[in-house]
Amino acid sequence: MTGIITYGAYIPRYRIRLEEIARVWGDNAQDIIGGLGVREKSLPDLDEDTATIAVEAARFALARRTVDPAEIGAVYVGSESHPYAVKPTACTVGEAIGATPVMTAADYEFACKAGTAGIQTCMGLVGAGMVRYGLAIGADVAQGAPSDALEYTAAAGGAAFLIGADDPIATIHRTVSFTTDTPDFWRREGQNYPRHGGRFTGDPGYFKHVQGAARLMFEQTGKSPKDYDYAVFHQPNAKFPQRVAEMLGFTPEQIRPGLVVPTLGNTYSGASMIGLAATLDIAKPGDRIFVTSFGSGAGSDSFDIEVTDAIESEAFKREGAPTVRQLLANPIYVDYAVYARHKGKIVMQ
Amino acid sequence: MRDVAVIGIGCTTFGEKWGTSFRDLFLEAGALALEDANLSGEGIDALYVGNMSAGRFVEQEHIGALIADYSGMASRHIPSTRVESACCSGGLAFRQAVIAVASGLEDVVVAAGVEKMTDVETSTSVDALAAAADREWEGFVGATFPGLYAMIANDYMHRYPLTREQLAQVAVKNHYNGARNPIAQFRSEITIDTVLRSSLVADPLRLFDCSPITDGAAAVILAPLERAREFTDAPVRVLATAQASDTIALHDRRDISTLDATVVAGRRALEMARLTPSEIDLVEVHDCFTIAEICAIEDLGFCRKGEGGRLTEEGETALGGRIPVNTSGGLKACGHPVGATGIKQVCEVVQQLRGDAGRRQVEGAEIGMTHNVGGTGASVAVHILGRA
Repeated sequence: MTGIITYGAYIPRYRIRLEEIARVWGDNAQDIIGGLGVREKSLPDLDEDTATIAVEAARFALARRTVDPAEIGAVYVGSESHPYAVKPTACTVGEAIGATPVMTAADYEFACKAGTAGIQTCMGLVGAGMVRYGLAIGADVAQGAPSDALEYTAAAGGAAFLIGADDPIATIHRTVSFTTDTPDFWRREGQNYPRHGGRFTGDPGYFKHVQGAARLMFEQTGKSPKDYDYAVFHQPNAKFPQRVAEMLGFTPEQIRPGLVVPTLGNTYSGASMIGLAATLDIAKPGDRIFVTSFGSGAGSDSFDIEVTDAIESEAFKREGAPTVRQLLANPIYVDYAVYARHKGKIVMQ
Repeated sequence: MRDVAVIGIGCTTFGEKWGTSFRDLFLEAGALALEDANLSGEGIDALYVGNMSAGRFVEQEHIGALIADYSGMASRHIPSTRVESACCSGGLAFRQAVIAVASGLEDVVVAAGVEKMTDVETSTSVDALAAAADREWEGFVGATFPGLYAMIANDYMHRYPLTREQLAQVAVKNHYNGARNPIAQFRSEITIDTVLRSSLVADPLRLFDCSPITDGAAAVILAPLERAREFTDAPVRVLATAQASDTIALHDRRDISTLDATVVAGRRALEMARLTPSEIDLVEVHDCFTIAEICAIEDLGFCRKGEGGRLTEEGETALGGRIPVNTSGGLKACGHPVGATGIKQVCEVVQQLRGDAGRRQVEGAEIGMTHNVGGTGASVAVHILGRA
């Protein structure tokens, strides 16, 4: 059955504290930290972008399991910060891991859920027998305009999932999606920063779609929150996933391992996938994981995942790559000036 | 002039009604009012609708025609008139309808108000609202409504004994009432701490000192008092209608902490109804900001200048107090769809006089007042209603 063959995550080492951002803009830091449930966020190094993050995550995935890269017949990179408007990040990744040239590739964009859309595409290709393995990546160096509410959480990071049917470490029993045309958040061609419809991002955006997909899954599987050991939700801040988990009937314990946003920020396309990676970092055979992503515009993908014995087999070396918690440890803190330089916000000429 | 009665009321819930369009809002309120008066559209002779800025908020003008059309009255070609006086649009629409019926020119008339404010970004709505001030002398130099009312608050607090906590108590009291009003935008109680800890908007006003941006509509139906019982067992009589104006720019006023238009309109209304403030059982005032409620209760004569804070702190303006103010939750908690607010105030007073206000009922209410303000006080409408 189709599932996850291996996975890897990557988070740049740099962090900025929300207090520092609030200091620059004259905002009340405690109000913001309390409101978002986020204390600090990651940012890329000077030479890091979505492509390098995607490559790092893919390499970490392959470091955990020996797979012939030539057998990877599809690479999809989901992001809203692809370095090029025209020229696929997925080709760079495919080349870097040795999967080229006999493969299909494309970049995806669906706000924060393009990565999970890539997983679904790979599941389809594998299920149809068109490819042996498909690589789905969600990665972002997320954009937030200076002083915009988004700037407090827009972070950098990504995760890669190799999808296949041969001895997966976790079986994906089912995936369902819930999608509408909802203008809650957008960035037009040529614009540097996304815009958002204030609180429209909450109820008509995030909560409607996450709940829509989750309840559709419960309906189709006959399962309920108590049937799962863990749950992962898209995490633009800590409050939204905690609230939606409670609305759906999940406990704080179920979402704890995958709730990485308080010290990471919102990695957009990477967010729910890094949450899943952090959950797989500690999962045991037989564990059942419920995942629901969310992308503005808007839609959610839900996954019903069951961890197999393979996660503890010889073939899979979880310690072959850093866990999400290890990636989050030992950060280098920077001030706003260095942050602005790393994010390319300083006009040089 | 003929005596006029309110024979039907209808109000949508107030809030961020993202799933309801501008026209759906007024249709819903109108249908509720017609149902309340046991009327169908065929019984209506004219429409007056208060709306401040549909052009900016939903890019639709020609609101009178739109409403006549979508409520099915355009085929009968009845007169339908939009009334605009910024946040006082609803109050003036009501006054125009009262005058029409009182004059004998029209018999059964709808006075409505509608505003759909959440289809645009906050910056756009703030700018649209700033058009209620003097654009050349205030708006172009950066004055926003929170800024202008903050100046009133600063001046007031400099001259009169008003504490920050007393100011916050206005919002606490209005949220308490709003929590008891099924149509209110905010139906949660708050504490003084909630206000004091909320983010600063324009010193000394914090987020919880400010009324919100709201979608909503309200409608009432008026008829000659002598015909009122054809439609309802509980008509409410319009005892007074008054309106006053003042300079549009705040800096041109004699005294920025006293809204002279409120003083004049209030006095005219009381004279017309042959009443004194102590005979009013409840009042809906225009609390677009907490400081506005303090000024209003003084300027309307419910206490002396400078005593509004103490009156509020001592609970005299709360339910059960000497003069309950904003039992609906006011603009602060019930919400402030600007063109609809003046009509919603009438709906609230009528509900109170009918004894239909549920958990926020003022026991034995016989006479109620509404006070609707445009801008920082450049236009004011005051109405007094009594059990018929």
